[in-house]
Formats: sequence, C-alpha cells, structure tokens
Amino acid sequence: MKSLTRGKGLALLCLAPFALFFILFQIAPLAWVLVNSLQSEESGWGLANFNRIFASKFYLQAIQYSLEISFWSSLFGIVIAVLGSYSLNKVDSRLRNFVNAFANMTSNFSGVPLAFAFIILLGFNGTITLMLKQAGIIEDFNLYSKTGLIILYTYFQIPLGVLLLYPAFDTLREDWRESAALLGANAWQFWRHIGIPVLTPALLGTFVILLANALGAYATVYALTTGNFNVLPIRIAAMVSGDISLDPNMASALAVILVGLMTLVTLVHQWLLKRSYHVSR
Amino acid sequence: MSRADATPHLYHRVMVWLLFLILLLPLIGTLVYSISSSWSATILPSGFTFKWYLQLWSDPRFLNAFIQSLVVCVGALALSVVLILPLLFVVHYHFPKLDALMNILILLPFAVPPVVSSVGLLQLYGSGPLAMVGTPWILIGCYFTVALPFMYRAITNNLQAINLRDLMDAAQLLGASTWQAAFLVVLPNLRKGLMVALLLSFSFLFGEFVFANILVGTRYETLQVYLNNMRNSSGHFTSAVVISYFLFVLVLTWVATHLNKDKSQ
Repeated sequence: MKSLTRGKGLALLCLAPFALFFILFQIAPLAWVLVNSLQSEESGWGLANFNRIFASKFYLQAIQYSLEISFWSSLFGIVIAVLGSYSLNKVDSRLRNFVNAFANMTSNFSGVPLAFAFIILLGFNGTITLMLKQAGIIEDFNLYSKTGLIILYTYFQIPLGVLLLYPAFDTLREDWRESAALLGANAWQFWRHIGIPVLTPALLGTFVILLANALGAYATVYALTTGNFNVLPIRIAAMVSGDISLDPNMASALAVILVGLMTLVTLVHQWLLKRSYHVSR
Repeated sequence: MSRADATPHLYHRVMVWLLFLILLLPLIGTLVYSISSSWSATILPSGFTFKWYLQLWSDPRFLNAFIQSLVVCVGALALSVVLILPLLFVVHYHFPKLDALMNILILLPFAVPPVVSSVGLLQLYGSGPLAMVGTPWILIGCYFTVALPFMYRAITNNLQAINLRDLMDAAQLLGASTWQAAFLVVLPNLRKGLMVALLLSFSFLFGEFVFANILVGTRYETLQVYLNNMRNSSGHFTSAVVISYFLFVLVLTWVATHLNKDKSQ
C-alpha cells in the first residue's frame, strides 16, 4: 500500500515539468493580459481601457471589421466545404484520397505565403485581375480592401472546413436516403427532415471553429497590408510591437475583447447544440 | 437506369475537381511566377528561368533563416515529447480522471490566439530573471503550446489503440518494473503514431509567423519572418521562397500520410 502511494507521488512528480512550461507559456501570459486590461496609466485600476474602446470609432471599427470578415469568410468557406466534402464522399476512392490529401496539405498554406500568392493572382497587376479586366467583367479590384480580405480568408477556411466536415458526411448513410425515397420523400424533403438535422451539430461546430480561426488570424492580413488594415489582431499587435504609441494595457483590453468574442461564439454554439434535435434525443 | 446514375456522379466529380482547382490556383500562380523571368501587366509570362531559385538557394540569409526555423521547430518538438509523453502516460495509467481536465486545458492554445498571448509574453519575459524575448528559447516554449493540443490528441488515440493498461500489466507480470515497461514496451509501440504526430506538427510549426515576428523578429530570423521581410524584393524571388517552403512541407506531409497508411494496414 505504501509503495503504491509512493508510486503515485512519483507519477505526480512527472507532471511537474509539463505544468511548469504550460504555466510559463500559456497561463501566465493570459493571466497578465486579464489583469492588466483592468489597469491604465492615467487612471489606475478600473474599466478605463474598456470605456475608451467603446467610445472610440477607430476601435469599434476594428471590432466591426473583424466580425464582418470572420462571419462572411466562415459562411463562404463552410458553403464551399459542404458542397466539396459532400461530393468527396460520392466519388471513387482514388480521386477522393487524392483531393483529400491535397486539402490536407493546403491547410498549411496560409499566413505570409498565402498573402504573397494572392498578391500575384489578385493584386493590382495580378493575373486574374488582368484577365477579368480584359474580359470586361470587372472595372477594378482592390485585394487590400474588406472584400479582398474576405476572399483571402475564405480561401484558408476551405481546407479546414473540408477536414472537419468530410467525416460528418460518413454519418449520413445511403440507405436512409433510399428509405426516405421509398416512403415517398423527395430530395428537398430528405434534406429538410433528415440530412440537415443530422448534420447540424457538425455544421455548427465547424462554423464556430472557422469563426474563431478567422477572428484570431493575424499573419495573412499583416503580410498583405503591412499592418495597415484595421482589424482587432492588428490593433493588438501594433500596441505592443509597433513603432508608435506602445500601450500594453490597452492592448490587453483589446485582447480580452477578442478572447471574449471567441468565448461568446463558443457558448452560443453550445447552446444551439443543446437545442438541436440530434443531441436532445 | 444508367443515365440516372451517371448524372449525379458527374455532378460530384465536377464539384470535387472544382474544389481541387480552387485550392490549386494560388499555388500554380505562385509556381509559374517563380519560374518566369518577368511577368508584369500581361496575362502570360514572357519567358522561363530558374535564376530566382539559384539566387535564393545561394542567399546566406535565406539558408540561415531556414536552419534557424529547423532548430526552433525541432527544439520545440523535442521539448513537447519530453513533456507530453510522461504526462500522457501518468494521466492514462495512474489518474484517468485527469484526462477530462486535460481536455479542457488543451483547448486554451486554440481559444487564445497567439497575438493575445504575445501581449503578455512580451511584458513578462521582456526583462527580468526570465528575459527571453528576442531569443529562440521563447519560440521553443511557445511552439510547445501550439503543438500541444494536436500532439496530446494524436498520442491519446494511439495509447487507447494499444491498450496501455493490459500492456503494462503483462510486462509487469513478466517481471518488468514500471520504468522498464514504459520505456521498453509501451514506447516502441507508440513509435509510429508519434512519428506521424511529429511530422504533422512540424509542418504547421514551420509555417508559424505570429510568435516569431512579434516576439523575436530579425533577432533570430525564421523562414516566415524572412519571407515577410523580403516583401520589397522581386515578386519572383518571394515566389521562389514560397514554393521552396511549400515543397518542403509537402514532402513532410506526404511522408506522414504514408506512415499513417502503413500503420492502418
């Protein structure tokens, strides 16, 4: 008995190095941010930073742009991923494995390299921009705008969406569709009453992960606009590592808002999930 | 009958090819750009050349950044293995209830974007007893947290597949100590799963930019930071960097997928 407790003690000791590093690099920075968001140089402890953020058009615009870009890119991304991964489940295994593996690889194609690739294709002198201009389809296209960023974000959402959704379509069994058809359901009725309800948890979960992915994204937009586009991650980084107006407390307050938004999205997801028919069974 | 079957089939094939083309387009664009001699204000390039690659692979700053990226990623993964393997072993063998807590903790690196952590890291380790900002050490620590959720889940799946408890009991019945059983029996069984997890983690750590740029920047330039700093040089040159980087990652993921396939057979 005594040796057993000693064994457990030793085992606990094995956890110590992990705990140390996890605290140093994950917990402590987050705690610093949470505590210092409540402190400002002028007025000491309190909600001064947050009051300033919610009174400033500039910060509110950053929050608004972050939300808009994240929402639309997640929506477009998930629609393309749904269509793609549904069809992926229906084609022969060679094509399926190939495209699946390729989507896996392109999920690493994000951040700075992706921004540069898009400049080549869709920048002011980009190949696709020129082609569309010559064909007379567009007058002009600005990649460095909100629309441009939504397209760019959508691109990096697609592989992630496919990776997450592809397994979900496995649960939609072919014999359900046949049974539904035998009972007289048409395609629309099948999706309305069987397909969509069964897939809802996976769709919601994927949408939330895509939203979080876009909300926190920094590298792509930084590389594309050299930090000149007003979204939350850019504002936060500019106030701790920029050349002008360093204000780590204000950066912390904005960081708390960013994490808060992500938490809110997750909580809404959990709530929707509980209400969805699939789980309540 | 055959017609009704063929039409939806064709639709799915077209959709899959469209998906593939969308994902391929930026890569192809960059690839063509990186091997064209000049390409501006026209739809097709005016000629092809490998000079950008030659220029890139003889640039000492690039090679240096490449090696420094390797050092940081390998260092971070070594640290992850040393920290996570004992943790997983102890959690699954001695304290299975801790697994629930761990599953919440490993969500933190997902829920807290690197840009948020950076704010705290810069202030905590910018000066004082743990002044690490500007050195590769801080990146190794941060990359451990980035790899943690993925490594934890991957190794957990492996541990469940090999029936840790039975394996340990069998080894101990045959006279092995806990240490011997862990190192000589369990570890070799995890080797392949661990390799796959390491290769895939490596491929996304290699592309990490946020921590590298904010915490260290040019003081220990990694590949992604180098690429960003080269933004003002020729677009053909930066394309060559992008393609070289992507090919490297491609090979890694390809090896990982094949190891994975062998395992499942």
